[in-house]
Amino acid sequence: MRLTGAEIIVQCLLEQGVKTVFGYPGGAVLNIYDEIYKCKDLQHVLGRHEQGLLHAADGYARVTGEVGVALVTSGPGATNAVTGLATAYMDSIPMVCITGQVPVALIGNDAFQEADTVGITRSCTKHNYLVKDVKDLARVLREAFYIARTGRPGPVLVDIPKDITIAATEYSPAKGEVSIRSYKPSISGHTGQIRKAAGLMAKAKRPLFYTGGGVILSNAAEELTQLVRKLGAPITNTLMGLGGFPCTDKQFVGMLGMHGTYEANMAVSRCDLLVAIGARFDDRVTGKISQFAPEAKIIHLDVDPTSISKNVEVDVPIVGDIKTVLGKMLAMMEDGKYQSELPDLGDWWAEIEQWRRKECLKFTQGDEVIEAQYVIQKLYELTKGNAIVATDVGQHQMWAAQFYGFEKPRRWLTSGGLGTMGYGLPAAIGAQMAFPHETVVLITGESSIQMNIQELATLKQYNLPVKIAILNNSFLGMVRQWQELFYERRYSESDMTVHPDFVQLAQAYGATGMMTARPAEVSGIIEKALAIDGPVLMDFRVNREANVYPMVPAGAALNEMILL
Amino acid sequence: MKHVLSVLVENEAGVLTRVSGLFSARGFNIESLTVAPVGDGETSRITLVTTGEDNIIEQIIKQLHKLVPVIQVHDLTDRSHVERELMMVKVDAEREVRAEVLRIADIFRSRVVDATPNTFVVEVTGSSDKLDACLNLLTPLGVVEVVRTGKVAMARGPKRMKEVLPA
Repeated sequence: MRLTGAEIIVQCLLEQGVKTVFGYPGGAVLNIYDEIYKCKDLQHVLGRHEQGLLHAADGYARVTGEVGVALVTSGPGATNAVTGLATAYMDSIPMVCITGQVPVALIGNDAFQEADTVGITRSCTKHNYLVKDVKDLARVLREAFYIARTGRPGPVLVDIPKDITIAATEYSPAKGEVSIRSYKPSISGHTGQIRKAAGLMAKAKRPLFYTGGGVILSNAAEELTQLVRKLGAPITNTLMGLGGFPCTDKQFVGMLGMHGTYEANMAVSRCDLLVAIGARFDDRVTGKISQFAPEAKIIHLDVDPTSISKNVEVDVPIVGDIKTVLGKMLAMMEDGKYQSELPDLGDWWAEIEQWRRKECLKFTQGDEVIEAQYVIQKLYELTKGNAIVATDVGQHQMWAAQFYGFEKPRRWLTSGGLGTMGYGLPAAIGAQMAFPHETVVLITGESSIQMNIQELATLKQYNLPVKIAILNNSFLGMVRQWQELFYERRYSESDMTVHPDFVQLAQAYGATGMMTARPAEVSGIIEKALAIDGPVLMDFRVNREANVYPMVPAGAALNEMILL
Repeated sequence: MKHVLSVLVENEAGVLTRVSGLFSARGFNIESLTVAPVGDGETSRITLVTTGEDNIIEQIIKQLHKLVPVIQVHDLTDRSHVERELMMVKVDAEREVRAEVLRIADIFRSRVVDATPNTFVVEVTGSSDKLDACLNLLTPLGVVEVVRTGKVAMARGPKRMKEVLPA
């Protein structure tokens, strides 16, 4: 069958099971848009800025586990997409981004809306392609999807010149799985190493699980939960790992790291075995690296070999897919002898209970000023912990991680690696597009939301009932916190007192807007918002000078925390 | 410590930039880098000389391997291997110096590949040390230009990389 490049693109998307494409048209992609116009089976979501729609595709990928797809034009379309690609790259989110390019003959000519997209995005994609022959197009697109979703997932970009979308070639449907000789991720894990790890777990007196986003990405929450319960050991999640283990389970000691709980960080500092799964020893987690888990043997399971022994020397490295490896580990433990040999962790838990008694997350909600933590607590209660929660970046993000508990994976959308302000609103849009009947809540700050506020129009266009909670302290809150603690309160350019009237702004975009500065009104407003079938923006004027605690100062060891 | 890496890659546009970009983005050193298509032209072999502690070299190798077009990476440093470099030196050589240049070229088993009334171009191959030594002797005579390829290296014995050789 002879098809044009544009037809091949649409065919390949359908063949890959793509249902939704997040995009923004422009000159170089007009032929592709003309095909999309004719295609009934592909839903196109029009954003308002390429950065936003890349984050939307990212949010869609995080909640569904499928590859998020974005389509943008050449030049500025592609450069606007870069932040979205970098965000997805840092958090290992499977995405395919198709960019238009000027016709092959004009490449390198400084043509109108030309940018060296492959060059610009090389370091923020897992892989990228420039298609210079229509005969390569189908293969490249199939490879792109395969690379995006296998191994350590990530964004893949395919740059397609305009004339390639017009040119025609013979097209045949995909035959079998893609195979790339230079790309063969290790999946199964080394059996000897897995057995060694299981052996160490069975002997440890003070074991601790430290698990990250990899657990979510490989859909291994079920296996992880079984394993952790079998061993009776405590478990802490990274920011990216929240939801990988039920937060209400007694074995969960909260998040670790810079704003982790006292009990989690103390447990890291005291454990004799650290089982790191799908986590990469990020500096926000480890604090001073030389004093991270100083007494522990370390097992590290990750699909990406470069993550292993990058920051911390490990004793038992296992390269493989987490779901597969944990499955094997569980099978090894079916052996009854293993179970009977497990040591009693009573003393270890007694130690942990001591730390828990500090109640490091406690705060007081008075009658006058709303505390941000209180708003999140109320959101948790009133959504019964069932919402999909997106955040932006800053204090509100840390409070959301601390105070909105997650029972299940794929309910928590946050930019962990890159820390992208402006991520939240579009990510919430992506999540709501994927699950129109779920409650999607965006917890954000007055500064963060303004980074991609134009996407309120997208909310309206698709009538997405996202509930936006702005924790408005009229400050770049986290910047202010650092300035208070480490720069002697010199609040250089962190004051955001001038911001729009969010209620009117919401209305201008066709959403419902509500505002309060009174603690007594918080619950009522949230209830009302949840009852409205459509987008709602809640502007909560919160305590201007509250800080996120506990906190490990940059460069300090985890057990040198500042408590409130 | 200095390491010699042999990297087999798909011979496609931009692959060299991916490799060199990896080094610059992650702050690794490149001392020299040579690349050319081999076999039937489907693959290229890169010989890369870099320095670093063992853990850095381990990261470099893993990171190289993670690049999609990279097929294989061998660290030849601790293995029995042969390495060679090519250098061309243009020397100012008039009258009485000419014989001296030819003598030095002869000592290093190198060849004169271009001669004019006042210059020679000498081509030398061998270990990088040998090239340095040769250059040291030529320099006082008046070196005009030098060009070096950087090392190419290959393991001794039957072990081979997976390049596609012409049928």
